[in-house]
Amino acid sequence: MSNGKDRKIKVIVAKPGLDGHDRGAKLLARVFAEAGMEVIYTGLRQTPEMIVQTAIQEDADVVGISSLSGVHNYFFPKVVQLLRENGLADVLVVGGGIIPAEDIPKLKEAGVAEIFGPGTPTQKIVDFIKQNVRKK
Amino acid sequence: MELAEGILDGSVKSLARLISWLEDDDERAYEEMRRLYPHTGNAYVVGITGSPGAGKSTLTDKLTQVLRKKGYTVGIIAVDPSSPFTGGAVLGDRVRMSNLCLDPGVYIRSMATRGHLGGVARATNDAVRALDAFGKDIIIIETVGVGQDEIDVIKIVDTTILVLVPGMGDVIQSMKAGVMEIADIFVINKADHPGADQLETEINVRLEQDKQAKDRKWVPPVIKTVAVEGKGVNDLAAALERHRAYLEESGELEIKRKKRIKEEILSLVESTLLKLLQEKFMSGDSFEDIIDEIMSGENDPYSTARELLKRIGLDVTIQQ
Repeated sequence: MSNGKDRKIKVIVAKPGLDGHDRGAKLLARVFAEAGMEVIYTGLRQTPEMIVQTAIQEDADVVGISSLSGVHNYFFPKVVQLLRENGLADVLVVGGGIIPAEDIPKLKEAGVAEIFGPGTPTQKIVDFIKQNVRKK
Repeated sequence: MELAEGILDGSVKSLARLISWLEDDDERAYEEMRRLYPHTGNAYVVGITGSPGAGKSTLTDKLTQVLRKKGYTVGIIAVDPSSPFTGGAVLGDRVRMSNLCLDPGVYIRSMATRGHLGGVARATNDAVRALDAFGKDIIIIETVGVGQDEIDVIKIVDTTILVLVPGMGDVIQSMKAGVMEIADIFVINKADHPGADQLETEINVRLEQDKQAKDRKWVPPVIKTVAVEGKGVNDLAAALERHRAYLEESGELEIKRKKRIKEEILSLVESTLLKLLQEKFMSGDSFEDIIDEIMSGENDPYSTARELLKRIGLDVTIQQ
């Protein structure tokens, strides 16, 4: 139960690694804002350590990571692991981008809550976040 | 552990959570703030303000790097507007501050205005105080902030840096009453663009007029920067230290801070009183009945307002 009268969902939208394809990430940043969330967009070339520091400093409820360059098997679990090490196991981690179907079970096992591939209706992602976000 | 203890113990997580409580208007925040208060008053607060695209975030990034080299720890609050339609916001200032992300001597917080005017959020002042208690030496508030009347940011900072860029049209237009006066330091960013010299001349002419028109001891310096290349940022840091020394030596800093405390108490009383009246006395059916009485001419707003204040123990005449 939150006492806050003006509670907002805070989402970090981050692009890890050297991947420069940020059209999807930028679109989602806007979609989340349209849904009334506060979105912190980090920009490109983020390391897992940077993403997690940002989540700590911003007291983020959700970390959304997008990767189109095939680094997801390293980056996504690493972000989850670092969040847990910093006592932020209740932060919801979701991923998107180009993720082969066979990688998804492993990522979920590692603690990524959901993976959204290309063409996912944006409302579906918004709904997922609203249903699964922690209560502060 | 309580958040205040955590903050005094150096926990970034506690600090971040307290700022969320402040933003969310969570009642628990104020007890923590009360406990932090004795540990505040040491930080120096800087406002960086100017039009969208002037380069405030980049300048904040570069200035912070210089300040870090001088040994200061830095807290940054980057304010961006919330959408008045959805209440959401995209906060993108961190994009320009990636270099600072992993520095343990720097804390960055993005903050949406959540409908508050004046270029700061309702929570900004208290967030500054939390960062102060946390031990940051210098706190930078970065905000668009400058409309023609929206100058709340200057009420909570010690030094205001106004960032201008060449080629934004008639400079005098952007320097209407209020806006020009707020600057303690002028920065002409993107000074490698055409028009920078002309802009500098226009500011200097204005400053020259000021000198003759009023008694002003501090003459704001005009610093030219190319923030993306880090050019001029050392000069800016030096100007900042000069202004701080001036405020301290002249006693103006103390006057400024006293005034701030007074305004803060006033604003706390005002908002609390307003909420109390709205929640306890100005809602529900009985209040609807009163409004109906006024509509039908049996009562009037002046007597009603006075009656409301009497209910909270204030027997006063009504003033606008």
